Amino acid sequence: MEKIQFDQLQEELYYEKLDNGLDVYILPKKGFNKTYATFTTKYGSIDNHFIPLNQNDFVKVPDGIAHFLEHKMFEKEEGDVFQHFSKQGASANAFTSFTRTAYLFSSTSNVDSNLSTLLNFVQEPYFTEKTVEKEKGIIGQEIRMYEDNPDWRLYFGLIQNMFHHHPVKIDIAGTVESIADITKDMLYECYETFYHPSNMLLFVVGSVEPNEVMKLVKDNQKNKPFKNQSEIKRKFEEEPPSVAREKQVLEMNVQSSKCLVGIKENQLGQKGDEMLKKELMTNVMLDMMFGKSSDHYFELYNEGLIDESFSYDYTQEQGFGFAMLGGDTRHPDKLAERLKSILLNASSGEDLTKESLERTKKKKIGAFLRAINSPEYIANQFTRYAFNEMDLFKVVPILETITIDEVKERAVNFVSEDRLTVCQVIPKSS
Amino acid sequence: MTLTNEVIHKQKGYRLHIVKTEKYKTNTIVWKMKAPLSEDSVTLRGLLPHVLQSSSNAYPTTTKLRSYLDELYGAHFFVDVGKKGEQHVMSFSIELANEKFLKDQTSLLEKAIAFLKEILLQPLLEDGAFHKETVQKEKENQLQRIESIYDDKMRYANSRITEEMFKGEAFSMQPYGIKGKVDPITPRDLFDYYEKAINEDDLDLYIVGDVEESEVIELTNRYIQLPERNGNTRPKGEVASRSNVKEVIDRQPISQGKLNMGYRTFIQFGDQDYYALQVFNGIFGGFSHSKLFANVREKASLAYYAASRLESHKGVMMVMSGIDFPNYNQAVTIINEQLEAMRQGDFSEEDIRQTKAVIINQLLETIDTSRGLVEVLYHNVVSGVDIELTTWIEKIDATTKDEIVQAAKKVQLDTIYFLTEQEGA
Repeated sequence: MEKIQFDQLQEELYYEKLDNGLDVYILPKKGFNKTYATFTTKYGSIDNHFIPLNQNDFVKVPDGIAHFLEHKMFEKEEGDVFQHFSKQGASANAFTSFTRTAYLFSSTSNVDSNLSTLLNFVQEPYFTEKTVEKEKGIIGQEIRMYEDNPDWRLYFGLIQNMFHHHPVKIDIAGTVESIADITKDMLYECYETFYHPSNMLLFVVGSVEPNEVMKLVKDNQKNKPFKNQSEIKRKFEEEPPSVAREKQVLEMNVQSSKCLVGIKENQLGQKGDEMLKKELMTNVMLDMMFGKSSDHYFELYNEGLIDESFSYDYTQEQGFGFAMLGGDTRHPDKLAERLKSILLNASSGEDLTKESLERTKKKKIGAFLRAINSPEYIANQFTRYAFNEMDLFKVVPILETITIDEVKERAVNFVSEDRLTVCQVIPKSS
Repeated sequence: MTLTNEVIHKQKGYRLHIVKTEKYKTNTIVWKMKAPLSEDSVTLRGLLPHVLQSSSNAYPTTTKLRSYLDELYGAHFFVDVGKKGEQHVMSFSIELANEKFLKDQTSLLEKAIAFLKEILLQPLLEDGAFHKETVQKEKENQLQRIESIYDDKMRYANSRITEEMFKGEAFSMQPYGIKGKVDPITPRDLFDYYEKAINEDDLDLYIVGDVEESEVIELTNRYIQLPERNGNTRPKGEVASRSNVKEVIDRQPISQGKLNMGYRTFIQFGDQDYYALQVFNGIFGGFSHSKLFANVREKASLAYYAASRLESHKGVMMVMSGIDFPNYNQAVTIINEQLEAMRQGDFSEEDIRQTKAVIINQLLETIDTSRGLVEVLYHNVVSGVDIELTTWIEKIDATTKDEIVQAAKKVQLDTIYFLTEQEGA
């Protein structure tokens, strides 16, 4: 077991890759009452085209299957896994994103039994025709619930605008029609391919003793028969750099309008420190242009184009990336035009001064310190980073290296008319 | 298991609470101002903190103020209003990096305390009152906050039952203010009220983090000194009880019915039987293994959510459930049956054990965050009692079945509210 020390942050991270390939990380947090653990697989809604374990040809699976599988993990022959955790004083949950599926619990007692339960329930799949059919109705309801949510529709609408082929444009839960095709055999096929320990990461953070936890995990894993698995082959169609659609307007049962402007990333293929720096630098750039202390924010707010809901973010994974900015607004078209024009003008470097860069770096460093007070943030973000070969604990040192010339160069390269798109939600005209 | 070591120090005009802990990478400062909830002041109090946080004498525009906070390593500053029983609370919070984790070692804590003083005691003025444009903009925001309650049907149902159940009592008001009273507020009105609040409110300052007690006492004393005032204690809740259950039906074009049932518990935080009430509420409707969940949702399939929640200072329990319109009578019947079952002692030792474990777990998890910790400690200030967390946990653990049944017998249904579809829909 490796011990990695972070002196400035006063944290110690323990790590070992087990024989079966599982990456195990333990971060003890002194003084905390709770322990939080996540067990995550590098398998999400975009992984719909792959070669199953022990086969030779690519298969395509129905939209929404990764999320469906996540639901079914909680139903076992012996009963409901949530109740099992509850009896042990823990609360459990799970989520599916574009690129990963995570199973987790938090508790202030019985950590050993809860950890064992977490490892066991995720590694003992149980799918039958009956349980699969029952779930179709429930997930169908969940899909309907999201359909009614204007913020969710806005976000996904923007992503659909951006991508011609990439599966990130597929709704994570799928559609009522697509999940109707799911069978128990398909679930087993996906499970066996992606839920191999070599494709997974366990992160335990909180009130724990690292040696004891590592021993528990090793003993638990040692008796399980996982055959060696070579790297999983996933396929993605070629995606053109431009956006698929420039604008989409959705009419919904709302009182306020909403508007998001998106920028599609065209420079992909980074990993590790390079990817981390790019993501941090782009968010720093957006903050300098649109943060609460910026001139643009002041103008947009005073002109009544934005309100407290205004936000912006850049995210990148392997194979896709995008920035989004916007929120509720009384003037969706005016806001879209203004945001686009500010972005297209970014390359002039007017908003990008050395002084505002230094201030923004400080702000981000402070925000990072605040974030790592949260065991949930650490476990989830670390896992997401690790799956992209990035290191959460390098955020501050890398932030410190960003220069104003790099930010200006990024502004020039990132924004381009053919990679901008707009999505809006407006009240239904009765 | 670590709980807390709160040290309370009487300063000039306010109480200083210091919780020294090495748990966090940040230091958290929370300033609380408490006064009795009243129709005359609630709207002014719903507006005041937002005006104060937007600018000050030294930082006369929001841009300048926010730039300064960015310089302080992104100090996170926000305000909030709430009610605890029949008291109105305005909160000002700052969370910022502890400099021991930074390359730059300037004392951020001192800067934060100086900033708090600036915000509270050095507001931006124009003609001897608050800055006109700021007040105007913040009144618009306040109206939006009040109106947003109506957009969220669950919140709307909660606010409507509160209005109806407590008609004539201060508790009927929600803390953002009264819609019709926002517009008439002038910068002068607000400023006059501000002076009154600074001089008369019950004041508490919490500082949580890896700090030195003596340094904190010295710094806060140096920057913030206010006139002494009389404490205001929690009013003993009026023990009004209704002979007939009040029923209120509202109609709107919606897709799912919102059922709320309001009960008076006659038990407040600090009472001997408060712990039994907590365990009772947990078994009745507090968690996913509760009677409401099992019977309204699982057995009868009437609802996606069915839960109960306690308000600890007025003495209220609220049951909430989202149901289809025609199931109103059936849902009310089942919920009444569950309360009767609790009164008859129809719950197991395992139910009690599991509920205690989950309540204690929740409490321990809440105090893992600095803000959660402050909220838990503030119950003592609001109620005027002084219960240490260890005691709170011990007493929950020691609760007997009989005590739970006694608590169940005290709880009385007062009002039923149903937000349903329009007639002839």
